[in-house]
Amino acid sequence: MVLTVKDVTKSFPAADGDVPVLRGVSLSLERGETLALTGESGSGKSTLLHLIGGLDRVDSGSITVGGREITTMNDTDRAALRRSDVGVIFQQFNLIPSLTVEANIAFQARLAGAFDADQAARLSKALGLTEHLNKYPEALSGGQQQRVAIARTLTARPKLVLADEPTGNLDEATSSEVLGQMLRLVRETGAALLIVTHSQSVARRMSRHVNLSQGHVV
Amino acid sequence: MIPTALTALLSHWRRNRLQFFAMIAGLALATALWSGVQAINAEARASYDAAAATLGEGQFDQLLPRTGETIDQSTYIALRRAGWQVSPVIEGRLRTEAGSVRLVGLDPLTAPGTIAPVGMQDDSNLDDFLTRGVLFAAPDVAKALEGTVSQRVIVDPSIAPGVALSDIGVAQTLLSAEGTLSRLIIAQSQPIGLPSLADVAPSLVRQPAQDTGANRLTDSFHLNLTAFGLLSFAVGIFIVHGTISLAFEQRRSMVRTLRALGVPLNVLIGLMISELVVFALLAGAIGVALGYVIAAVLLPNVAATLQGLYGASVAGTLQLRSEWWLSGTAIAVLGTGFAAAGALWKLAKMPILASARPGAWAVASGETAWRLGALAALLFVVGGAIAIWGRGLTLAFALLACLLIGAALILPLLLRGAVGFANQRARTAMWQWFWADTRQQVPGLSLALMALLLATAANVGVSTMVSSFRVTFVDFLDQRLAPELFIRVEDEAQSLEVEAILLTEAREILPLLSTETEIAGVPTDLFGVRVGPTYRENWLFLEDTPNVWDRVEDGRAVVVSEQLARRADLWTGDRLVISSNLILPIAAIVADYGNPLGQALISETAFRDLYPDLVPRSFGVRTNDPTALRDRLTAEYGLPETAITDQSRIKAFSLGVFERTFTVTGALNILTLAVAAFAILMSLLTLASIRVPQLAPVWALGLTRRKLGQLELIRAVVLAMVTTLLAIPLGLMLAWVLLSYVNVEAFGWKLPIYLFPGHYALLTLFALLAAALAALWPAIRLARTPPSDLLKVFANDR
Repeated sequence: MVLTVKDVTKSFPAADGDVPVLRGVSLSLERGETLALTGESGSGKSTLLHLIGGLDRVDSGSITVGGREITTMNDTDRAALRRSDVGVIFQQFNLIPSLTVEANIAFQARLAGAFDADQAARLSKALGLTEHLNKYPEALSGGQQQRVAIARTLTARPKLVLADEPTGNLDEATSSEVLGQMLRLVRETGAALLIVTHSQSVARRMSRHVNLSQGHVV
Repeated sequence: MIPTALTALLSHWRRNRLQFFAMIAGLALATALWSGVQAINAEARASYDAAAATLGEGQFDQLLPRTGETIDQSTYIALRRAGWQVSPVIEGRLRTEAGSVRLVGLDPLTAPGTIAPVGMQDDSNLDDFLTRGVLFAAPDVAKALEGTVSQRVIVDPSIAPGVALSDIGVAQTLLSAEGTLSRLIIAQSQPIGLPSLADVAPSLVRQPAQDTGANRLTDSFHLNLTAFGLLSFAVGIFIVHGTISLAFEQRRSMVRTLRALGVPLNVLIGLMISELVVFALLAGAIGVALGYVIAAVLLPNVAATLQGLYGASVAGTLQLRSEWWLSGTAIAVLGTGFAAAGALWKLAKMPILASARPGAWAVASGETAWRLGALAALLFVVGGAIAIWGRGLTLAFALLACLLIGAALILPLLLRGAVGFANQRARTAMWQWFWADTRQQVPGLSLALMALLLATAANVGVSTMVSSFRVTFVDFLDQRLAPELFIRVEDEAQSLEVEAILLTEAREILPLLSTETEIAGVPTDLFGVRVGPTYRENWLFLEDTPNVWDRVEDGRAVVVSEQLARRADLWTGDRLVISSNLILPIAAIVADYGNPLGQALISETAFRDLYPDLVPRSFGVRTNDPTALRDRLTAEYGLPETAITDQSRIKAFSLGVFERTFTVTGALNILTLAVAAFAILMSLLTLASIRVPQLAPVWALGLTRRKLGQLELIRAVVLAMVTTLLAIPLGLMLAWVLLSYVNVEAFGWKLPIYLFPGHYALLTLFALLAAALAALWPAIRLARTPPSDLLKVFANDR
């Protein structure tokens, strides 16, 4: 099992007391499996993704990635986990604006000390980025920037790919094309994919679909 | 991981070269001004130390002739035979083609161990010194001596400036003063049971080792320079703080991404600190080099000022000294640390999922301005308390710090108020937008405008102080230099002869009878004056009682200088003990600028009763035709040209010293203002990059790019004008503190403050010009922003 989430709760402080966002969520994901996490705004999708990625801490419950319990890890260990085992693709791409496309693609793999130039070249070619390698992100369209973010994540060969509305900023045609490429490449690397989306058409293309509502899996 | 993360962090600077340049240049300029001043101070201190080490000045008790200038060698021999451990010194001026050199002859065998040129610690040199009659001198003096003396001159940079050292016998020969000495240095340890000085050498007087007044004065001068350097450094640090804050703000998204991709926070902070340390070292090295250039340019003027004002010799050329080199580098690193501390703290506390929106820095809320305003009010209260109750030089500088920092902190609030006021009166939509937008820009430009405020206030304050000093000093010179000629005499016989001549030739004679003594515990020059029309008509008092000169003339009162009055805390009406049998009431207090000693004036008769052996060593002469009298004195009575000095020459010399002082403070003023202009330029340029999203909608609504550029220029000039107008009263307060507090604490006298509206108007114009020039480039860049860049703001895919 690549990912196990068990009875996870999370609330955020507000002026009139804590607001519960996740109320005992459990799910799991196997190697090569793709899972769509859907739900209305404020249902806790992104919060759950952040908790799985070790970007935030749970109030209670357990999360294991690759068999390792991450809720008890300190910041440094969770950072190491993100470098080696987890790849996160954001809606806002989060590329490093001062690095070229090529350097951005290699970045996470280099951080993890697992850079494979052939893999980077193959992914660049597969995502149609070869001719943009020396450009800076600001010179690319949104769709191209998201492809760079996908290439960056997959070049590091993570066991688990977390994607937060990866096509939320793209038009329908570009969205479909980018999603298709991402799914194909995830399958090729054998990683598990958890994708947060509002879109039913995106959700339908995943092997499994979990809906969150008011902090519960429904 | 570390090299990869570092590459990403550094790539920000590669892509934002202007920002990188602003940071390095700001830090380098700040360091340059600081280390330039430190270089000057270090050079001057090294010169004082060299003087102390080679000449024994201030280190040892000395024996001086009670009257006259020389000691007979037989007196020295008598003291040695009586067991006194004394060492002879002879001093005199040696004329060379390049000017005169102070020649000091020592006896290395009896001189205390610490008095010797470095080169003489080598036995072979000592041998040469004793047997072959070599001279030791600093490079410039050695060059001046070439061809003047037949002895070999060994170059030794550790010798005090303007001085040559030799064996006492050689010096006596060169000065044609065989058998005479100038003073005797008393070794610190003496045998027990020595006969008293009065028994062995009654013609000598013992002068205890002490910090001379000149030391205190030069210390104050250097303290003032250091304060100026620190202020300039603060102005530079404003630039660095602004740049680092903006850079960190712009890198928030990168930091978030790096952390999301697995770079631990502590590694990131460590890398950023390392990055800043490297930048600080780089900028520090550039700054120290620039500081060297500044110091090299200013040092000759500083040396002339110190020599002219305080009689302290300072080498006019600069040497590379490790202490200021290290101090410059250290201050660059510390300054960077100070400037970056806030940004690093925010980074350390920033949640990984925090907003990455750049530009939050520039849109700080009005709440911050109010908080800063409250802090400023607190500083003003503390400053007020110091002004009322504080005493001492440190507190005087603390008062300055409260005033300047408080003013800088309250500036954003005042600017917001001024802009808000203008906004209320705006009639058209464009001007309403302009003022609203200006209000939004105030936080982003605050640091640069604070730098401008401090630089302009420092300019107003320091130039008011120096100019007030000059006006006061010129008046003072007019009082004191009323006699048209001054005549110096060699001995008692000549003194009597000259006085007899002058009785028939001059309108009024002012014999200058004086001796150095201690009155009320204060080292004082006691003068015996012949009260006449000159004193009555020219001397102005700071505080007086009726019929001052009548009472002084009758031997019923004394006039004292402000320094003596302050140090002894004795004022008009108090009784002053001049000697055990002469106690007189103080009739008036006079100013005596530039003199480290106290001064007391009694009548000529009273003075002669106290010191019957002393004769006037110089005379002030009142005459209607100084040139004719001068010619007659030299041609008919054989007085040497050099013995007669005319008033205009002394005045010209004194004013020349002030011009030199002006050059130093003027140069520092211009440099500080230039740094402030640079701060504005860099702030505007860096802000320009995040201004596009704010300007694009206005452009889309119909304002041309050219118009937007013009408005940017107007904005910079308006903000600079408000800042400069606030800087003028602040600068006057600064001048008031310098003249009324710092001066009294440091020098012992208070100076009246004079205003120079013309100078302030010119300065305002200069500050506006600097701001306009700084804003010109960003405005032109904005006017030429391609429409495609403005359109990107509206593009959905960004």
